[in-house]
Amino acid sequence: MFRHFVNGILKENPVLVLAIGLCPTLAVSTSAYNALGMGVAVIFVLTMSNLIVSAARKVIPQNLRIPIFIIIISTFVTITDYVMKAYLPELAKNLGVFVPLIVVNCIILGRAEGFAYKHSVPAALLDGLGSGIGFTLVIFIIGSIREILGAGTWMSIPGGFEGFKVFGEGFLNYPVLFMILPPGGFLVIAFLMALSRKLTGEA
Amino acid sequence: MLVSSSPHIRTKETIESVMYAVVLALMPALLGAIYFFGLRALFLTALAVISAVLTEYIYQKITRRPITALDGSAIVTGILLAFNIPVNSPWWLPVVGSFFAILIVKQLFGGLGYNIFNPALAGRAFLMASWPSIMTGRWSAPIRPAGSTMSGIDVVTSATPLGVLKYHATPEVVAKLNSGPMLKALFIGNTGGCLGETSALLLLLGAIFLLIKGIIDWRISLGYIGSVFVLTGIFYLFGITRANPLFHILSGGVMLGGLFMATDMVTSPVTPLGRWIFAIGGGVIAVLIRIWGGYPEGVSYSILLMNMVTPLLDRLTIPKRFGEVKK
Repeated sequence: MFRHFVNGILKENPVLVLAIGLCPTLAVSTSAYNALGMGVAVIFVLTMSNLIVSAARKVIPQNLRIPIFIIIISTFVTITDYVMKAYLPELAKNLGVFVPLIVVNCIILGRAEGFAYKHSVPAALLDGLGSGIGFTLVIFIIGSIREILGAGTWMSIPGGFEGFKVFGEGFLNYPVLFMILPPGGFLVIAFLMALSRKLTGEA
Repeated sequence: MLVSSSPHIRTKETIESVMYAVVLALMPALLGAIYFFGLRALFLTALAVISAVLTEYIYQKITRRPITALDGSAIVTGILLAFNIPVNSPWWLPVVGSFFAILIVKQLFGGLGYNIFNPALAGRAFLMASWPSIMTGRWSAPIRPAGSTMSGIDVVTSATPLGVLKYHATPEVVAKLNSGPMLKALFIGNTGGCLGETSALLLLLGAIFLLIKGIIDWRISLGYIGSVFVLTGIFYLFGITRANPLFHILSGGVMLGGLFMATDMVTSPVTPLGRWIFAIGGGVIAVLIRIWGGYPEGVSYSILLMNMVTPLLDRLTIPKRFGEVKK
């Protein structure tokens, strides 16, 4: 049972191995804080939707399953969206359209269709948690690397903590803007994919 | 490499002989850069070259590949990268640029012969994206007094002729840009700009040497510079651009790009027809960026874009085999 949990983090990591969910991974990983916020939102939605889909799998008709999955997922996305807007308005502003877009996130739809619909509730719960944490870990690492190189800070929070200054003042004046831009995101993902394949011995 | 039936012609050409010939051909422009911009030009170029060679050496050492850091290709990349930055750049700019060009653009794609993009140009694009304020905001006028300077137009930032054309084109300024003394200054190289791009004369001098040795193909250079000339000529007649076509081919990076960057053996097509399409496409894109794009200059992006379609051009333009019948 526990392997369902570890599976999503390592062997079937959504971003590094399955290469799905790349759109939010690229778009909101410009800072570590944004990435973490996105990751937590995805963990919540993924776990809850997996849970409900799995619990209701016997009553969801085969040919109507996709619309029903979407309704379940969008329920939790709406909850997340409202909670975030109420309690973390700055974060909600930064993530912008990518919070509502979690509805069509392929990781969540993929786990619902590929796993939760065919497995028991505890297995689906662990799978959702594992995949969500796997996604969060990767997007947080990407966000950290991009923020450190592209802005010179780490964990800066808009309207709050101004972040750890990793490099000196000279660097802060001339950070590697490239890393904040989309090509920098692709580059970091590519390096992490290569590294993970090296570590898992697949290359 | 496809080996066909005999007889075979052996060539004495090696990577080293080609690359060092290119290095030699770049020397006039380097001397020109030192003359026009001062010794700092040499300092920045040396840093770029050292960084390029060291990056290649260390990467090949770590990955236990045959060490080819001194085959001259890294030196060419370093020089070309330095030619693409303004003289007032901080010392670390060419170092970081060369590092990116060699590690990411060249070695990670498989090393010499496997890179999709011209490393020096992609390095420049990286620097442009990362530090636009340095790459475009720190032009310095050449240290030699010129016959027709841009002074009085923008003394503080000493804009390049192309920047002036894009952002400060009043009728008097345009008349000055199209004047004989200005064109002469552009031809000799006594204008603001990146280190190695200003002197059309010295670049041509080196390029003629390479053309005679058969290292660069006249089709690419002629196609690129020619299409810029023809297209801006047409636009000039219709009043779309206010600078004459001579100004357009002599200013900015057209000479450097058309003679030394687009002609890069690895990243340009191998078939003659492919080379024509490659060159003309690049020239057209450069002109489009200059006239309608957000930047004053578009040479580097035009060549990078054409680099991208090079494999496709090669595939589309395979020459017909002798005796082949259309299916």
